[in-house]
Amino acid sequence: MLELSDIHKTFYAGTPNEVRSLRGVSLSMQQGSFVNVIGTNGSGKSTLLNAVAGTFLVDTGRIVLGSENITRQPEYRRARRIGRVFQNPFSGSAPTMTIAENLALASRRGLSRGLGWSLSRSLREEIADRIRTLKMGLENRLDNPIGSLSGGQRQAITLLMATWVKPDLLLLDEHTAALDPRSADQVIRLTHEIVTRDQLTTLMVTHSMQQAVHLGDRILMMHQGQIVADLSGPEKARTRAEDLLSRFDALRQRDQLTPAVRDLLELSYV
Amino acid sequence: MVLLISAFNFGLIFAFLALGVYISFRIFHFPDITADGAFAFGGAATTAMLVSGWGPIVATGAGFLAGMLAGATTGILHTRFRIHGLLSGILVMTALYSVNLHVLGKSNVTLSEASTLNKSWTAIIKRAFGDVERVDILGWMVGIQDLASLLLMVLLMMVVGSTLFCFLKTKFGTAMRGSGDNPQMILAMGVSDKLLLTFGLALANGLTAISGSLLVQYQEFADVQMGIGMVVWGLASVIIGESLVGESRFGLLIAGAILGSVLFRMMIAIALRCGLNPNDLKIITAFFVFIALVAPQWSRKRKARLLVAKARVAGDA
Ligand SMILES: Nc1ncnc2c1ncn2[C@@H]1O[C@H](COP(=O)(O)OP(=O)(O)OP(=O)(O)O)[C@@H](O)[C@H]1O
Ligand SMILES: [Mg+2]
Repeated sequence: MLELSDIHKTFYAGTPNEVRSLRGVSLSMQQGSFVNVIGTNGSGKSTLLNAVAGTFLVDTGRIVLGSENITRQPEYRRARRIGRVFQNPFSGSAPTMTIAENLALASRRGLSRGLGWSLSRSLREEIADRIRTLKMGLENRLDNPIGSLSGGQRQAITLLMATWVKPDLLLLDEHTAALDPRSADQVIRLTHEIVTRDQLTTLMVTHSMQQAVHLGDRILMMHQGQIVADLSGPEKARTRAEDLLSRFDALRQRDQLTPAVRDLLELSYV
Repeated sequence: MVLLISAFNFGLIFAFLALGVYISFRIFHFPDITADGAFAFGGAATTAMLVSGWGPIVATGAGFLAGMLAGATTGILHTRFRIHGLLSGILVMTALYSVNLHVLGKSNVTLSEASTLNKSWTAIIKRAFGDVERVDILGWMVGIQDLASLLLMVLLMMVVGSTLFCFLKTKFGTAMRGSGDNPQMILAMGVSDKLLLTFGLALANGLTAISGSLLVQYQEFADVQMGIGMVVWGLASVIIGESLVGESRFGLLIAGAILGSVLFRMMIAIALRCGLNPNDLKIITAFFVFIALVAPQWSRKRKARLLVAKARVAGDA
């Protein structure tokens, strides 16, 4: 479903601030698969998702979604087929607009937006129905501005928005990281429900080893802009949170080498 | 009464500008200075059309289109060429000054010979009232011309105001509001925020240009300088409107902007009547907007300080 081949992305290239955020990432995702991405801070997880979503264009490499090469497509075009939930609960919805209006916007993702009413009565009912499945009591507050909701409620609604029109690919970037543990659990449960119900192809970044182990069918571990481990099938099933942590420790130990030594080693061995 | 009616007339004419400013500053949070140029451009385009013999409706429509063109240019400078929003507006406004001079042919043009919306409409109303020059309204004798203009402005405003309201409730209009509220979200919903902004600015400046177009027809002359200070004027109206209706639904805010414009014009008329030097009008408007912008900050800070003080008292107890 999603094919990434040899993606490179460098920010501020040629300046002292140069960051090589993605250094040759290749990835192939099956239709309906659920892939977790874990990795240290700054390892390029968000950059990977942003590259797929089209927040910026990659320096080299190819991105193919389904049968379409989207490497040079602008972000809004890709968004017609890609659903996204951001880490920041404020990012995914329009705060001064009502819950109903936000979902009405989402109900047209990838479809034409003409001069018909954005909120018909039947759409309102459908919105109420879908909101009811969140079991947060929000179906009675459809006309409240989204800005008045809690982070967890906003994230749940953003998830609903991202998946209202079934996306070919769902991108979740630590979408529970800003939430308190209870809301995080709730949103993760909802994620699981929606993804299994609609059999969505999902790429999820998470900091939680528990989530990575319990959810999905594959784990990618990123480090310094590369995929350093790719666990799937029985191997993923066997993996426990502690195993992932010890892998992180190993990576960290390797980083203890001074940068000069590491460069020398890379030069001679890579 | 005559003073009141003419203030009402001016207020409603400038209310279109207030709606434009509402769209760019409030819906899109875009500091759009183009309005100064678009206002004069609308007036100039209409004047040129009228002088060369076109009908008033076509000429007013041309003014609207001229404004849309100006706004779209600002939008394209900002979104395509990545020029800072404020600077994009300044560029277009500056360029429009020359354009307006060319369109008008000289720095001011009279329309006393040409047919205007007001003149045609006055003729219709006059016939309806039986060819009188003055009409008795609650004991006041009001010139038929003033009365007709007022009716025309009220009618136009109702049509345009409710059309705008309905438009903002459509799928496209909702996307526009969403784009101003959270551009990242509208991108994730598969719509180009750049396109929406460009269209929004075109619409905003189209409305602003209608103000200019109606003004030249009401005053029966056009001046290339007439746009100066219009952004601040519109902002003042929008801010007054917001304080009238409170920060709430956009339907109320649209009504608020219109009322704000009328009220502001009224205040100015009274101030002028009380001996305010017309030369000081702009500095007073600017000062007024300054106060309106900082007053909420002050009251927020005071509230915060009060809260802190209260918390301290509670902590000590
Ligand atoms: N738009 C950008 N401009 C400049 N640098 C960027 C940009 N996006 C990411 N980077 C840099 O790329 C590197 C990887 O960042 P990224 O956000 O992908 O890490 P991450 O794995 O998501 O980390 P975290 O776990 O903290 O979210 C960082 O050094 C970051 O500073
Ligand atoms: Mg990140």
